[in-house]
Amino acid sequence: MIVLSFYHYWVFITLLMMGFYTVIVKQNLVKKLLGLSLFQSAVFLLFIGVAKVTDGTTPILHPDVTNTIFSTPLPQVLILTAIVVGISTSALGLAIIVRIKEAYGTIEEDEIRDQDSAQ
Amino acid sequence: MIWSSHYPVLQVVLPLLMAPFIIMLRPARLAWLAATATSLLAFAVSVALVNLVNDSGAMSYPVGGWAAPYGIELRVDSLSAMMLLIVSGASSLALLASYRSLTTEIGEDRLGLFLSAWMLVLAGLSGILVAADAFNIFVFMEIASLASYVLVSGGADRRALPTVFKYLVMGTLGATFYLIGVGLIYIMTGTLNLADMAVRIQDVQDPILFFAAGGFISVGLALKAAIFPLHAWLPNAYTFAPHAVSVFLAACSTKVALYVFFRVDFDLFQGNLGHHAEQFSLYLMPMALAAILYGSAMAIREPLVKRLFAWSSIAQIGYIILGVSLLTEASISAALLHMFNHALAKGALFIGIIALAAHTHSLSLQGIAGLGRNHPVIGTAILLAGLSLVGIPGTAGFISKWLLIEAIIEQQRFVIPLLAVVLISSLMAVVYIAKVAEALFFAEAPTTPANNRVSAAALVLLIVVFANIVFGLAPQFPIGLAEQAAQLLLLGSAI
Repeated sequence: MIVLSFYHYWVFITLLMMGFYTVIVKQNLVKKLLGLSLFQSAVFLLFIGVAKVTDGTTPILHPDVTNTIFSTPLPQVLILTAIVVGISTSALGLAIIVRIKEAYGTIEEDEIRDQDSAQ
Repeated sequence: MIWSSHYPVLQVVLPLLMAPFIIMLRPARLAWLAATATSLLAFAVSVALVNLVNDSGAMSYPVGGWAAPYGIELRVDSLSAMMLLIVSGASSLALLASYRSLTTEIGEDRLGLFLSAWMLVLAGLSGILVAADAFNIFVFMEIASLASYVLVSGGADRRALPTVFKYLVMGTLGATFYLIGVGLIYIMTGTLNLADMAVRIQDVQDPILFFAAGGFISVGLALKAAIFPLHAWLPNAYTFAPHAVSVFLAACSTKVALYVFFRVDFDLFQGNLGHHAEQFSLYLMPMALAAILYGSAMAIREPLVKRLFAWSSIAQIGYIILGVSLLTEASISAALLHMFNHALAKGALFIGIIALAAHTHSLSLQGIAGLGRNHPVIGTAILLAGLSLVGIPGTAGFISKWLLIEAIIEQQRFVIPLLAVVLISSLMAVVYIAKVAEALFFAEAPTTPANNRVSAAALVLLIVVFANIVFGLAPQFPIGLAEQAAQLLLLGSAI
């Protein structure tokens, strides 16, 4: 049961490895980029998951709020930044793929390599 | 004095704020002037910071007046001040040398956008160096990386594009690994401020998660710093980038990743994890030796001059890692000094490439044949920079190699094999520099009309080569900085 009670770490590791595998194995650049995105999202989940404190609520300082156990908001703020970074990376990656398609006429890594070595 | 306390934040904010303005500036020359001026101003700030840190020790800057550990702290000490000097200096010299080369490679209409990305790289790299907070380092690292992908993709050859994609994938993997490591430490300590982390780590009972964190951070940053065998992205990225970008990246981007690696490792792990010092030495030393030999061997076989220099960079990163992996004060300060000197030598060589590119269409060894005879000033300057890279007495490269050899002998472990590797790789460096020199001076020249106009690149090249010789004959200033920085790193590990 102790293994299951840490389930969010299992989710994190599974997603991380799925993303990593995709980045390494796939030849299609868009799929690679999707894998990379998945890889980053897994890390976001790690941060968000650990922020939750059992029975914790939103940290609001107010006389009516009597519950004194709070979840920490800091990781969520960090991940907000990291999500922006992730989106920028994907956008830039897709833009590069568009230019690769224009220059090579393909987005398969092995075909690009063949074209380069043929030069 | 009021101003000087704001220098750490000014170093980052200055290029960051200028980036959007530079996009709007027309014509291209104005955008270039603004970027160069900003970069020079940043360089002036870092010179001032070096002086301040030399006089009165490390500076801490609470952003917005919120004190650490809750506020965001910026911190400049002798190590980061030295690195700031390298980064802003490399950026300024690369920009000064490259107006003509950028307008041919990028085109005048896109130059504003390109230089804006350049400013973001400068801001990001400076940000990494002043940040005292593990998460801010990540954010600045991503700003610098994303913008440098844009810079590299400006290369004229279409092979720049798959190269950038590879660089983007590997860079993102590296940064994300680092982020996982930081997350794990955050889980254990509840803080992101590096100094605060170092204190709180001591209270944690079970260090197993820190070993995992150390692994993630080391691998991630090794990927960013192109430490052998994680160097695959580097040679092509330097080769197909616009020449000015090669100067900037070769002189500082991997070194900034090394800086983060050393800072985090010495501040957090060395003093707090059992057996970490042995692990650090025994894992890094073989990689460093392999990098030195493999990088040099590949450089000898390489027909493209830019890629030849890139392989040599991988070998030189090996020297830096080797020095640090010995973990004595003398060896670390030699390694840090080598960062400074290698930036000078390799920066000069790539500026030499800018100067040569104005006179040839192909930067292969055949393409540059005879250019040294047609343009003796550029040729001689490149030769001198090459000698500094090899480590001939009288040049900057000699000083750091000599100190490294002294440190190897002094620490008495593996002396003979380490010295053998340093010696062999120096001979290999002689071979690959000789290949470039032979092509420049002795190879049969194609009959191109000699054009003896003095270019800005040649002037900047002379300045940097002059600096190579000055710091080779009177090396007190960088040695002093490197020694202070080495003491600082070891002090961090002693707490």
